Amino acid sequence: MRTLIIAEHDGQHLNEQVARAVTAAQQWQQPVDVLIAAAQPDGLAAQAAALQGVSSVLVASDAALQHPTAEHLTDIIVPLAANYTVVLAAHSAFSKNVLPRVAALLDVNMLSDVLEIVNTNTYVRGIYAGNVLATVQSSDAIQVLTVRGSKFAAAAAGATAEVKSINTPAAPQGSRWVSEAFNKSERPALTAAKVVVSGGRALGSADAFAQVIAPLADKLHAAIGASRAAVDAGYAPNDLQVGQTGVVVAPELYIAVGISGAIQHAYGMKDSKVVVAINQDPEAQIFKIADYGLVADLFEVVPQLTAAL
Amino acid sequence: MKALVAIKRVVDYNIQVRVKADGSNVDIDGVKMGVNPFDENAIEEAIRLKEKGIVTEIVAVTIGAAVNQDILRHALAMGADRATLVETTDSLQPLAVAKVLKAVVEREQPSLILLGKQAIDDDAGQTGQMLAALLKLPQATYASQITIADNQATVVREIDGGTQTLSVTLPALITADLRLNDPRYVKLPNLMMARKKPIETIALDSLTLALTNSVQQLKVAAPPERPAGIMVKDVNELLSKLRTHEGIIA
Repeated sequence: MRTLIIAEHDGQHLNEQVARAVTAAQQWQQPVDVLIAAAQPDGLAAQAAALQGVSSVLVASDAALQHPTAEHLTDIIVPLAANYTVVLAAHSAFSKNVLPRVAALLDVNMLSDVLEIVNTNTYVRGIYAGNVLATVQSSDAIQVLTVRGSKFAAAAAGATAEVKSINTPAAPQGSRWVSEAFNKSERPALTAAKVVVSGGRALGSADAFAQVIAPLADKLHAAIGASRAAVDAGYAPNDLQVGQTGVVVAPELYIAVGISGAIQHAYGMKDSKVVVAINQDPEAQIFKIADYGLVADLFEVVPQLTAAL
Repeated sequence: MKALVAIKRVVDYNIQVRVKADGSNVDIDGVKMGVNPFDENAIEEAIRLKEKGIVTEIVAVTIGAAVNQDILRHALAMGADRATLVETTDSLQPLAVAKVLKAVVEREQPSLILLGKQAIDDDAGQTGQMLAALLKLPQATYASQITIADNQATVVREIDGGTQTLSVTLPALITADLRLNDPRYVKLPNLMMARKKPIETIALDSLTLALTNSVQQLKVAAPPERPAGIMVKDVNELLSKLRTHEGIIA
C-alpha cells in the first residue's frame, strides 16, 4: 500500500514543512505520493518531485484551487484515499483545517500533531498542552495524521519522481474565499527560524515591543514571536503567537523577553534547544525551563545584548 | 435563527495535570473542571449574535456524565436559552463525538453551529471539522470575527502568517479562536435565572448510533524534564555562555 502526503503551498512555493512530512512518511516503508492541489501546479509539482523519498506527485489542477477551501480539498482527497493506508501532512493551520474533514468522511479517527511515529499504527502525541505524552494506537484501516514538522528532518532535494495529473472535482458550493491578509516580513518564518526572540506583556506597548525586540532579532537574524498576553494587548500580530493556541517552534535558540512562561506558552517553545529567559521576576515560571536565566529589567539588558552582538 | 453551541467539560486551564504512577492515564481526581476556554468563546459569540437580533435561540449541548450539567448551567447563565446533555459515562473520541452531535443537530436543525477550535485536554482540534463533514456543511475554523447577513456568514480566520476571510452559506459550522471575543463573567442573578432554564437529558444509547473508539491509549508519561538551567548575572556572562554553544551565536 501507499502513503499520501497533502502538500501545503502558497501557490508558488512548497511549504518547507512538506519536506519534513516526507521524512515522517518513510517510517511506513511504502511508496510515498505527494498531492499538489493548485491553480498553476507545474512549478510546485517539480519542487515536490525533487524531494528524495517521493515516489510520485499527483496533481489536481483547477482555477478555484488558487484559494482552495477545506471542502474542495476534501472532495479531492477522499476518493484518492482508498488507494492509501496513510494520509498525512505536517501540522499547520492548513492541514488541521482539512484532514479532520477527510478522516470523518473516511469514517476513521485522526491523530493530530504526532511527535513520534513508534510503528505503523502507534504514535506519541502531546495532550494537556504538552504536559503529558500519550502513546496511542489506531486500529483504523487508513491512518490519517498530522506530524509536528520540527520533530522530523527535511528530506533533501535532488530526486525526480514522476508527475501524474488526477481528475479534479469542481469546487463545491457553500463556501467562498474572500480575501487574505498576510503580515509581510523580511524575517525568517517563525516555524523555520533557527533563532526566535519572543516578547511578552512586560514590553508594555507596541512601540516598546518594536523598539526592544526587533533590533535584537535583526542582529540574530531571528524570527519574532510573542506571548498571548502581548498579542491580546496589541503589541504584536496574532500570527506571531507561540503556544498551545498559536504556533509551536523548536529553534536552536529561543529568547523569551518579559514572558512569565504560562503552561500555554511553554507548550509552544519548550522543545527549543537552548532557552534564554530575561525577566524581572525571579519567580517567573519561564526560569524553570530556561537554560540561561537573567533576572533584570528588559529595557536595560536587551539593548545591551543587542549592542554587544 | 437557531444557534447550537457544543461545549466540553475539561480540566481548568490553569492546572498542570499529573500522570498516574502506573502510567495508565492522567490523574484528574478532584481537579477543578470547567468549560473548555475555546467553547466559552463560542457561547459568547452566540450570545452576541442574539443581542444583535440575528440569533433567536441558543441551544448548548454537551456529551458526558450527569456532572456535565455544571457546564451547561454555566452556558445558560452566560445567556444560552436551553441545554441538552447527551448522557454517557463512556469517553468518546472526536469522530464519535461528531456522530453524536450530528444526531443532535438533525433534531434541532440549527442554522449556525458553533464549537471551540480545540479542547485543551486532548488538543485534537478535530470535532468541528468532522461534524461539518458528516453534516455536509461548509466550515469556517479558527474564527476571530463573524459577520452574518443575507444567509451568509463572513468569517475572518486565523491562519499561519495572517488572516483569511471566508464567506459560508448558512447553515454552516464555525469554530472559535480565542481572539473571537472576551467571554462575559457570569453574575449571581444570571446564575439564579439559569437554574430555571431547561436542561434536557438524552441517554446516549437512545440515539442508537454505532460508535467505536478506534484509538487506544497505551500509556501516558510526563515529558522529559529539561535539565536545570543556570542564572547568569549580566549580559556579558549570558553572551559568553551562548558563545560556548557553537553555532548558536557567532
